[in-house]
Amino acid sequence: MALLKVDDLKIHFPIHGGILNRKIDEVKAVDGVSFEVREGETYGLVGESGSGKTTTGKAVMGLNNITDGDIYFEDSHLNAKKGKKIDVRNDIQMIFQDPYSSLNPRKRVIDIVAEPIRNYEKLSKDDEKKRVQELLERVGISSDSIMKYPHEFSGGQRQRIGVARAIALNPKLIIADEPVSALDVSVQAQVLNFLQDIQKEMDLTLFFIAHDLGVIKHMCDRIGIMYQGRLVEEGLTEEIFNNPQHIYTKRLVAAIPDVDPRNREKHREFRSQIKEEYQQSFYDYFNEEGLAFNLKQITDTHKVALPERG
Amino acid sequence: MWKFIVRRLIITLPQLLLMSLLVFFMASLMPGDAFTSQVDPSLSPEAIEEQRERLGLNDPWYQQYGRWISNVAEGDFGTSTAHYRPVTDLIWERMINTIWLSLLSVIFIYAIGIPLGIISGRWNDRLVDQIITGYTYLGFATPIFIFALVVLFFFGFTLGWFPTGGSVASGLEPGSFEYIMSKLHHLLLPALSIALIGVVGTVQYLRSEIIDTKQKDFIVTARAKGAPESRVYNRHIFRNSVLPIAAFFGYEITMLITGSVFVEQIFSYPGMGNLFIESILIRDFPVVTAVVLLFGLAAILGALLSDIILSIVDPRIRIK
Amino acid sequence: MLNQELLKINNLSTSFQIDEEYYAAVDDVSLTVRENEVLAIVGESGSGKSATAFSIMGLHNRGKIEGEILLQGQDLAKLSTSEMNKIRGKDMSMIFQDPLTALNPLMEIGVQIGEVLLLHNKNMSKTERRNYAIELLGRVGIPRPERTIDQFPHELSGGMRQRVIIAIAIANQPKLLIADEPTTALDVTIQAQILDLMQELKDDLNSGVILITHDLGVVAEMADRVAVMYAGQIVEESDVESIFVNPQHPYTRSLLSSIPATDYAQDRLHVIQGIVPSLKHLPRTGCRFKERIPWIDDDAHEDHPVLHEVSEDHFVRCTCYQHFYFPDENKEDQANGVTEG
Ligand SMILES: Nc1ncnc2c1ncn2[C@@H]1O[C@H](COP(=O)(O)OP(=O)(O)OP(=O)(O)O)[C@@H](O)[C@H]1O
Ligand SMILES: Nc1ncnc2c1ncn2[C@@H]1O[C@H](COP(=O)(O)OP(=O)(O)OP(=O)(O)O)[C@@H](O)[C@H]1O
Ligand code: SF4
Ligand SMILES: [Mg+2]
Ligand SMILES: [Mg+2]
Repeated sequence: MALLKVDDLKIHFPIHGGILNRKIDEVKAVDGVSFEVREGETYGLVGESGSGKTTTGKAVMGLNNITDGDIYFEDSHLNAKKGKKIDVRNDIQMIFQDPYSSLNPRKRVIDIVAEPIRNYEKLSKDDEKKRVQELLERVGISSDSIMKYPHEFSGGQRQRIGVARAIALNPKLIIADEPVSALDVSVQAQVLNFLQDIQKEMDLTLFFIAHDLGVIKHMCDRIGIMYQGRLVEEGLTEEIFNNPQHIYTKRLVAAIPDVDPRNREKHREFRSQIKEEYQQSFYDYFNEEGLAFNLKQITDTHKVALPERG
Repeated sequence: MWKFIVRRLIITLPQLLLMSLLVFFMASLMPGDAFTSQVDPSLSPEAIEEQRERLGLNDPWYQQYGRWISNVAEGDFGTSTAHYRPVTDLIWERMINTIWLSLLSVIFIYAIGIPLGIISGRWNDRLVDQIITGYTYLGFATPIFIFALVVLFFFGFTLGWFPTGGSVASGLEPGSFEYIMSKLHHLLLPALSIALIGVVGTVQYLRSEIIDTKQKDFIVTARAKGAPESRVYNRHIFRNSVLPIAAFFGYEITMLITGSVFVEQIFSYPGMGNLFIESILIRDFPVVTAVVLLFGLAAILGALLSDIILSIVDPRIRIK
Repeated sequence: MLNQELLKINNLSTSFQIDEEYYAAVDDVSLTVRENEVLAIVGESGSGKSATAFSIMGLHNRGKIEGEILLQGQDLAKLSTSEMNKIRGKDMSMIFQDPLTALNPLMEIGVQIGEVLLLHNKNMSKTERRNYAIELLGRVGIPRPERTIDQFPHELSGGMRQRVIIAIAIANQPKLLIADEPTTALDVTIQAQILDLMQELKDDLNSGVILITHDLGVVAEMADRVAVMYAGQIVEESDVESIFVNPQHPYTRSLLSSIPATDYAQDRLHVIQGIVPSLKHLPRTGCRFKERIPWIDDDAHEDHPVLHEVSEDHFVRCTCYQHFYFPDENKEDQANGVTEG
């Protein structure tokens, strides 16, 4: 069952300019994206920098103005214009990319973690403290660190504090926006393992944004590939990695460094071959504006953006 | 860049309007009539009422404002109640004097501030820097009028090196060499007093800007190219740190013009600040209003100038 | 046949002063880079990779450097700053991690490239420099170099800026190119382009390259030799195949097992316990790594771990690799390992 359903989402940011600073153009950061995230799964969103991943994530969180399209969470319409707005924000939480800047350096751990609790629930000071301690222990941080400041923790620990804040209200869906991109390999491993544990423990659904395909492959059940505000391909992890259909996906997969140095030459050749194919067949896969076509179903689980034939 | 400047100019218009309205209402609250000064507060209430009616002072405020602002635009600020002269005439020569004083002060501030800031930033935490920083702390702590008094007393009265009042010695032919030298002679002491205290902000700003720039990654890039230290400093560190200072030029001028009030008073220098204080003391409200309006104008134009300079020196704005 | 030796570092130690005392961030490191060879230095954050690179370039203004750094036989550690300035940017140059901050924001791209030309070619005219800068930009794959040359850094994307930095680095055909995390700030497709570019330039110039990174995928793609660094020391060094196929030191093995593999599914990633100790708190006697593999019996460690040549040209610090195992591995297998060793 779909926990989150995004339907033809468009988010266009105005560009202001001219003498009177009026809107002269717009950036189509997200330009017609549809996908579903099913309960309990990890859905990965990959794409190069600027492709609109963060914008999509923020839109689900209600942090961006939606130009067009709909977002449903458990069948409630999140961006309904009329009628009551359903507040599901305690069911959806977000973890941000940079553990060094996403936590307010002047706040203590207790205030950081308790912030969402304070917004949604009224707890006595003691209860709140107990709750924060529980949460910290759950993410593997000693509960007597509540009075410390973020700079007293390592990158991996900070990211765990971010997670503690995100799970404070027992959310159903966590949007993780590049949670490990700023981290060293060994710390990255720690955070990835931990996310998997907490997901199992709390029955969470993960919406995982990254540009590192190795990480995506390790974490995700299904993957959507994004290019310039549109999805070019979506499928099960195996499908994307073993049977990529869209040239852009192929190019991304080919760009992953091979960790076996014995395959180096082969891999490099393969990469330049794909690059050539990409340049030659660009207009077989993208329209005149260089944007992706609409997704077509090619198997039950696999969709690719291909032009209408015939 | 042009777009930016034009847009900036457009913003200036409402600023001017707002400022003039503020001054207008401030003036309306003053006793008597600050705009035309033709209402004598010592008359009987009936007579005043009659006069007011005749002068249109009972008209709605926007009509009065309109009349006042169009007069101002033509350079008519009314007549001084104390000197019985048009305010414009009175202010004109004072304004020229204040502008000279501010210009010279600014030149001193940059001439002293930039080298001190550079030295202190380049050799931060060394002895020279500690001395210079010590000086800036002192400068912040010393009120300008006390400093000016001490300077005046010592160099003016005790040593007698400089004149103790006025803007030029009397009996000199305007435009002659002696006349200009005398003007400079009169300017030097007040300008130096302003500069020595006013410079501390520039020194501290430049110092921290340089220390900041020194740590930037692109400085390492410059060293990795094989650039000698002198080049690293001159082409990369100083250049990048001084540019923002250049942009403060407009603000600096404004600050000085409005800040000269005390110093002019102490040195009995016949500038706008001096005129301002005198006029307040003798309740010459038309003059006070005019001076406040001009100070406000200076502030707005100074900010405008700064923004325009910034848009010229910083490519991140210039390109747009 | 092995290529000509280009850079030879003998017993390099670089120390920084913290509260009156000096602590070595690079501790007795010896390395060799040959012509047309890529030496990768890998290790976690804080293990001393950049400190090593900055020592070679002479860019530490506050560090104390001991040991020899021989570039084509000339000891850089003994040179004065002005002598170093003749070499930096010419015989050796460096590519930095963060393309967003490594260029002067208030200077045109052309001026920044021109600077490195001007510094080392006094007789080049202004137009010659400009034309050559355009040529360089074209060479690093910038689409419209005549336009880019007059642009400012903020007008270019991260990938383009990194190309500009590479153009600056190769402007004077350096013998030695040091790249400190050249692709960490870039995304995969751009990373692949930059790595291909570096490879190509290296072959053209016959240069030696030191590639610093913590991304083992990049190492596997690029390196000929690999030095694994931990806490200021080299713990393992060999050709790239031996490191990936036959890693010996517990640290190398831990690093390798912490990356998500792309060719097979794995349940859990290995996590190296703890963190790299800060400079001041590095254990200076005995073993530096043992606190991060606490399940290994204390008796297994050596008091003075030194590098051993375990097979031809494969150096490993210490001997406990012989009985190292991961906690989730079957201990029985390991017991066999011990008896064999
Ligand atoms: N608030 C905003 N106003 C204007 N443009 C924006 C805004 N937020 C994002 N954009 C633009 O929208 C596009 C998509 O940005 P987004 O941050 O979603 O990309 P991303 O895929 O998350 O990239 P990255 O990997 O770099 O994080 C970019 O071109 C960006 O410049
Ligand atoms: N100038 C300096 N003064 C004092 N300590 C320093 C200095 N430079 C580096 N260090 C310390 O030396 C150690 C090694 O740092 P280095 O920058 O070489 O690490 P690195 O391996 O490059 O890590 P990263 O992957 O984070 O770049 C660290 O503990 C660091 O704090
Ligand atoms: S004693 Fe063991 S842990 Fe220490 S360096 Fe040697 S192998 Fe590593
Ligand atoms: Mg993003
Ligand atoms: Mg480093």
